[in-house]
Amino acid sequence: MTPFVADVLIPLGKIAAVILYPMVMVVVMIWLERRVVALMQGRLGPNRVGFQGVLQPVADAVKLFFKEDIIPRQADKLLFNISPVLVMFSSLLAFCFVPLGEPVRIGTTTLTLWIADSPVGLLIVLGLSSISVFGVIFGGWASNSKYPLMGALRSVIQVLSYEIPTGLAVLTVVFLARSMDLVEIVRRQEASGVWYGFLMPVSFVVFWISAVAETNRAPFDLPEAESELVAGYHTEYSGMKFAYFYMAEYAHMVLVSSLVVILFFGGWLPPFQGVKALAFLHAVPGFIWYLVKIMFFLYLYVWIRATLPRYRFDSLIRLVWKWLIPLALANFLVVALVRFLR
Amino acid sequence: MAFREIDLNMGPQHPSTHGVLRLKLAVDNEVVLRVEPVLGYLHRGMEKLWESLTYTQIVPLTDRLDYLASLSNNLAYCLAVEKLAGIEVPRRARYIRVVLAELQRLASHLAWTGFMANDIGAMSVLLYGFEAREDILDIFEEYCGARLTVHGIRIGGAVHDLDGPLVSRIRAVLERIPKRLADIRSLLDENRIWKERTVGIGRITAGEAIDYGLTGPPLRACGVAWDMRKDIPYSSYDDFDFDVPLGTNGDVYDRYLVRLEEICQSIRIVGQALDGLPEGEFKAKVPRVLKIAPGEAFHTIEAPKGVLGFTVRSNGTDKPERVKMKSPSFINLQSLEHLCQGNLFSDVIGILGSLDIVLGEIDK
Amino acid sequence: MPADRADQSKLRKALDALAGRFGDAVLAGAADKSELAVRLTKDVIVPALSFFKDELGFNAFEDLVVFDNLNSPDEGGARFTVVYRLFKFPGAVRARLAVEVGDGESLPSAVPVYRAADWAEREAFDMFGIPFEGHPDLRRIYLPDDFEGHPLRKDFPLAGRTGGL
Repeated sequence: MTPFVADVLIPLGKIAAVILYPMVMVVVMIWLERRVVALMQGRLGPNRVGFQGVLQPVADAVKLFFKEDIIPRQADKLLFNISPVLVMFSSLLAFCFVPLGEPVRIGTTTLTLWIADSPVGLLIVLGLSSISVFGVIFGGWASNSKYPLMGALRSVIQVLSYEIPTGLAVLTVVFLARSMDLVEIVRRQEASGVWYGFLMPVSFVVFWISAVAETNRAPFDLPEAESELVAGYHTEYSGMKFAYFYMAEYAHMVLVSSLVVILFFGGWLPPFQGVKALAFLHAVPGFIWYLVKIMFFLYLYVWIRATLPRYRFDSLIRLVWKWLIPLALANFLVVALVRFLR
Repeated sequence: MAFREIDLNMGPQHPSTHGVLRLKLAVDNEVVLRVEPVLGYLHRGMEKLWESLTYTQIVPLTDRLDYLASLSNNLAYCLAVEKLAGIEVPRRARYIRVVLAELQRLASHLAWTGFMANDIGAMSVLLYGFEAREDILDIFEEYCGARLTVHGIRIGGAVHDLDGPLVSRIRAVLERIPKRLADIRSLLDENRIWKERTVGIGRITAGEAIDYGLTGPPLRACGVAWDMRKDIPYSSYDDFDFDVPLGTNGDVYDRYLVRLEEICQSIRIVGQALDGLPEGEFKAKVPRVLKIAPGEAFHTIEAPKGVLGFTVRSNGTDKPERVKMKSPSFINLQSLEHLCQGNLFSDVIGILGSLDIVLGEIDK
Repeated sequence: MPADRADQSKLRKALDALAGRFGDAVLAGAADKSELAVRLTKDVIVPALSFFKDELGFNAFEDLVVFDNLNSPDEGGARFTVVYRLFKFPGAVRARLAVEVGDGESLPSAVPVYRAADWAEREAFDMFGIPFEGHPDLRRIYLPDDFEGHPLRKDFPLAGRTGGL
């Protein structure tokens, strides 16, 4: 392989993939959500554009692209324009550190399925996904309007509170894997033969609930509760800027689902590793398993949204401080103790 | 964090104000300090308009008051005019009216359940409620061709007779509703989030409720068995056997339970009315141009939203001197500030939803 | 029905009590099957409402209706007749209290007695221009504050534009 291919084309291809992959997932997710929720509610949902309506999100994006971009007169223009970019950028950037699988051998070259393999990849991903809350705060504040402000305030309190159980749950995984490298965490699960989600169900549950809350999804969608705050922090946004917020929310969901799968459900590993009779499952490429698992969690998001009413703000905060954090702490201590004794 | 008290303007283009209601809220962070409803965005001057129309021409306009329960408005107005003119309505017509009015109550309560759940964030229930309501609107469509503004009850009786195929269709629909109701109840009744959002929220005691003039399900949720169908029976309601569901706490959850139970009772009433449908005329003979000697009549019915009444004063011509409507939503909405005080902003939406207001009726 | 008759005698007693209490201020009174109808002078309306609420047990305020007598003069001959409808629960008995109000005259507010009268009085003020003295917040309820005229008065035109909008 020529140095040109190895040093220029492959990285460029990977960069394109890192932008395209979340975008495709977002489009699929938006379509999936609208169709699945519709079917759960006895409706049809979008089924006109493309096969079964798969191109509906694309059509919506095209529509939003041509819409007038309105900036409120009283708004802080700089922050108002920056915040959708910030939200989108932080979500996409985090995908650079999320591996899609083990390195693949093509002929003589080895192709790694990640852009950056950092020994502290987990921290970087969590940190980047937390940056998006700044976009929400700035967007809500810069709109200079009351509903977005209230949405932003809710978002700050909610995301900050739920960071704590997230961190505690992630720490237990780090304890077991003895690494913050996402690839290494999956390899450790392969070596131990048991996925951490089954080894530490409490960690998984705490992480998942916090993740739903951090992505501002039902039943924790208070920052954008449409029946209360109209559209929450992005009430004043229109056109592509609104689309950025909208897509970033879904990209964030994909990111969180990927993290859940990597941390707790063996990433790209096929299920039933130890069972000989089911060895044929290894024939399916790891990437497919990875996608299937991610889709399952995305589906779970949709399912929860169609089922549950919305929390009220005080009970949301009560839930995290009175239940999740003590539970996560206790779980953390138990895992630490077991780890220490072994 | 220190947060100054801010004035929040909710509506008239807010998704949860059920029309064009505007609420001026004063909130401290999320705690509501004051609520002031601002009305008039849908004011069409109905009462002035009615003074220029004949008695029969007014009936279709009453559809536009509470547009989720147009037949109840028709019924209340027609009963008031009949009382004033001394028109005797045939027994069969009275039964048909009961069937229509109770179906309308079903439709209104089912729509309410959907709206209410959507306000609290349970999106699916909105569609379940509307799916069940759709069946009832289809019955109205088959009965007289209209779905929303039905205009099915006329002075002296009803528009059409209830024929055999329609009766069996109504029975089939009534059999489907309990199953759909069970779906809704399994999603909400014991749901922790739903209970957290409704139990103990917007409480009012029986005494205060009467003082504020509350009627209908919000009043019965406090345990007051005030139901005009029992207290001052009209249109042969005393022929039927039904219960008046009551709550105990007077909160949002009890209003929800009372309405769901009323749906079951309405199904019972319609079933009895269809079983006992007497032979005879479906409409009394009413002169085409109705002239009523000077006088005044007031008649109330138990509409889905509460006690709905019409005062009709005649002056000897074919047009009324004055028609005044006593609308339940208008009076129920008055208690909003009392119900909301000290609650969180999110609860305002739940409490407003639980009162089941329709702006067409409030603004007239 | 005997129940009705018993009710009626009770209502008559209530009527006598009212006449004893307010004397000449009670212009006329009638007791129907389950309805009490009285005409009063306007200065005793608030004490009369209190009497109905506290001593006769009419706990609910149902409606406030205003009639404009411009084209069909009422017995009293005044411009407006204001009717208060009260309801007694349990018992399902109604009371109709009517007072006469001239054009430009005010009426004492019933809000201190029945809180439910609040918006009803604002509506009457908006539509007929009858001021209610002592009302906590007497503003137009439907129409904009700068609207001229009171639309439900008989001399207000049905069609056409006036100031305000």
